[in-house]
Amino acid sequence: MKLKDIQSKVKPTFFKEHQRKLYQSLEDKHTTIEEMDDGDPLTTKMVLNMGPQHPATHGVLRLVLQLDGETIEKTKVDIGYLHRGVEKIAENKTYQEFMPYTDRMDYLSPYSNNVALCTAVEKIANVEVPERAHYIRMIGCELARISSHLLWLGTMVMDAGAVSFFIWTFKEREKIYDIMDRIGGHRFTISHARIGGVANDLTDEATGAIKEFVETFPKELKDYHKLLDRNRIFIERNEAVGVLKTEDAIEIGATGPVLRACGYPVDIRKFSPYARYSEVDFDIPTRLEGDNLARYFVRMEEMHESIRIVEQCLEKLPKGPIRMDDAKKSYPSKDEVYYSMEGMIHDFMMTDTGICPPDGAESYHAVESPKGELGYYIQSDGTGHPWRLKINAPSYTNLQVLENILDGEMVADTVVIIGGMDPVLGEADK
Amino acid sequence: MTPDLSMSLELSEHLQKTVDHLSENFSDKLVHVYQSSGDTFIVVDADSILEISKYLKEELHYIFLSDVFGIDRYTSDERFEVVYNLLSLKHRQRVFVKIRCEEENPEVHSVVPIWKAANWFEREVYDMFGVYFRNHPDLRRIYMPEDFEYFPLRKEFPLLGIPGSIELPSTTPDTD
Repeated sequence: MKLKDIQSKVKPTFFKEHQRKLYQSLEDKHTTIEEMDDGDPLTTKMVLNMGPQHPATHGVLRLVLQLDGETIEKTKVDIGYLHRGVEKIAENKTYQEFMPYTDRMDYLSPYSNNVALCTAVEKIANVEVPERAHYIRMIGCELARISSHLLWLGTMVMDAGAVSFFIWTFKEREKIYDIMDRIGGHRFTISHARIGGVANDLTDEATGAIKEFVETFPKELKDYHKLLDRNRIFIERNEAVGVLKTEDAIEIGATGPVLRACGYPVDIRKFSPYARYSEVDFDIPTRLEGDNLARYFVRMEEMHESIRIVEQCLEKLPKGPIRMDDAKKSYPSKDEVYYSMEGMIHDFMMTDTGICPPDGAESYHAVESPKGELGYYIQSDGTGHPWRLKINAPSYTNLQVLENILDGEMVADTVVIIGGMDPVLGEADK
Repeated sequence: MTPDLSMSLELSEHLQKTVDHLSENFSDKLVHVYQSSGDTFIVVDADSILEISKYLKEELHYIFLSDVFGIDRYTSDERFEVVYNLLSLKHRQRVFVKIRCEEENPEVHSVVPIWKAANWFEREVYDMFGVYFRNHPDLRRIYMPEDFEYFPLRKEFPLLGIPGSIELPSTTPDTD
């Protein structure tokens, strides 16, 4: 069989330079392909393009895999198919105007993204958030975490071969959608947080729905555990698959459950507590193995912890205002807007100019989103628009890990490993 | 110089140690230390980023590189800034190290030999700002296709994009 370089075999018709460089970088990992004459195709090396349109890549992720039979020799990840340039958009919007865009970053847990942006703006502009708003945000964030982990669980198990499981986790997700609908009026992209607080208070109906969910969900979780924990097919598909070594995890910058599955109890909620996470009691689940099964256990336990946090928040939920009462820094309540002239002017000013952090101020604030550390760096030039807004997206960092751990795995395990990483391309591609 | 300046800062124990050690060992490489909204920023000389990173990682436990990003300052001298977001898990501290480079052929050293995580982060800075990283193992664009000729997060790049700068598939498949 003749050895050929990849370049000579590919004939891209679109984005030619891009394709050429991508294959070149795969080649730079010292790969060659063999030209097949009449030999056995199973023993031939081939380059497999997976995605961007592939149901198991959870969005528009493209993997270029160089295979030797069924083993992956080298991998290159190509992202950017969902690049919308939100950082550029942010520079041309007021802070509050930009918030709905964050919903569409990690669209599986919009609530945590809203909170991440709002806390960052509050930090740079020195805005105090009322106590009750902190607790409402925490409830929202933890529900979003459960919602995100439920989708991960459903799709990951589906990737491993059990299709009906997805429907069961979606049944629970549906309940969270309904709760979100009752909290903020939107099922999916909720945009409920505001700079200086939240948009509206929890209604009795919403509180009731959350209480009911908190009561019934642990039973469902128990059923999931019963189905999967000792399931032989599931364990064999996941154990020792996609292993990220403990010593590599920090080095290649893993974050969130991926890092915690390697034994590092790193969680921003404990590392530098925001909102009122310092006042509730919860543990950081960790595992030592670093494989896909470890990630499964970490995320499952995180859902238990989230339920614990929501329970405590409901218990502690203080009475009081839900948004700071300073019309120069946050939106006035609708009552004021409709019935007073000043309220209307303030509302107009907030929409038109928005909050203006001091000139030259810089700050970085991170929250623990379901995927890991989600940070917003903001640099202000004294106007209502940020001079620079940088989003430190956990999916992006975890995809880099993916590129490193796929080498040497079986091609059939790729989908399971991607599922275990739980990337959201909306966030990774910005 | 910085040691006097850092006196006026409110630094935690480990950050104080970081600033002290840096000013002791790299006194002529440290440009500026300042705080803003509770975060600490250390501006250093761009040419010495490799040795300073090595020192930060090995002596001061900043083992985790959380992010690298660029800033377009839009000034005539030292226009681009590259910021390293470093985390010390042992001391629960976060510090930002900044370097600056010129508008013409911006080029800095890659820190991939020190933190492997820098690989994709630096590619993003290159893609968005056109800052070139010397000795980077795989410096390709990450979001935009290679055929794209501009750097979108630079301030002079228009919000609406540049018409015709990107090849798009035909929306009417029948016309060939």
